[in-house]
Amino acid sequence: MSDELEPQTFRITRADLVRYAGASGDFNFIHWSDRVAQSVGLPGVIAHGMFTMALVGRAVTAWAGAPDAVVEYSVRFSRPVPVPDTDEGTEVVVTGTVKGTTDEGHTKLALTATCQGEKVLSMATATIRKR
Amino acid sequence: MPLDQSFIGRSWPPTEPYLVGREKIREFARAIGATDAEYHDPEAARAIGYADVVAPPTFPVVITMTSSRQIIDDPALGLDYSRVVHGDQKFAYTRPVVAGDALVCVNSVDDITSRGGHDFLTTRTEVSTAEGEPVVTVWSKLVQRGEH
Repeated sequence: MSDELEPQTFRITRADLVRYAGASGDFNFIHWSDRVAQSVGLPGVIAHGMFTMALVGRAVTAWAGAPDAVVEYSVRFSRPVPVPDTDEGTEVVVTGTVKGTTDEGHTKLALTATCQGEKVLSMATATIRKR
Repeated sequence: MPLDQSFIGRSWPPTEPYLVGREKIREFARAIGATDAEYHDPEAARAIGYADVVAPPTFPVVITMTSSRQIIDDPALGLDYSRVVHGDQKFAYTRPVVAGDALVCVNSVDDITSRGGHDFLTTRTEVSTAEGEPVVTVWSKLVQRGEH
């Protein structure tokens, strides 16, 4: 197991947000209506924070090599991820670094997620079960 | 109006069990682009020791987001959901959610604070099986942005 998560890029389009809204049950208007998003001071439709957290989770479980290896997973949503209504949408880049071992022998990972060069998560960590 | 501080430390009665469906887990996994066989194929999940497909780490929010309406919809709390953004999210897992689980949520308010004109509400949801086996604890911090 390497000490680094190789940077991984996830593309996010409006279609992804629609699909995530349906699957998660989070139909908040700011994730599909530019009109409502702008009325509350956002640049436009933004991704669900939990969608970004799910993408980072994919990078974590892929690195761990097991879908059931995560013991703890925690993030702060520091900046929204605007998703323009284009074919390209936007991109989130995920990286991570091993930060040590817990008393139980689990591995602690520090994670980053950036969009357009800006950090969209802070204090993002995951703890991975010893194998 | 600030949030009602008397909600700090309050807990709500357990919710009705949520029955986790195999197709719901598959739908959620597809929506986040997760192709791991254990999320989709019961045989692959059985091979790593589970009775049916396992859910991705953030799946519990499907259940807790609905259950926590017990708290945020209470008019006495004073939360204006149109001004709410998601601040923090944390999961502590005993085991992954598995298709076939009947999951009960117990919601509590851990903290309410104010800073810089914004209000912060931290909720905790203990998710367990109907038989009382703990599965995952979920914390959410919601930020109610100040009115300008």
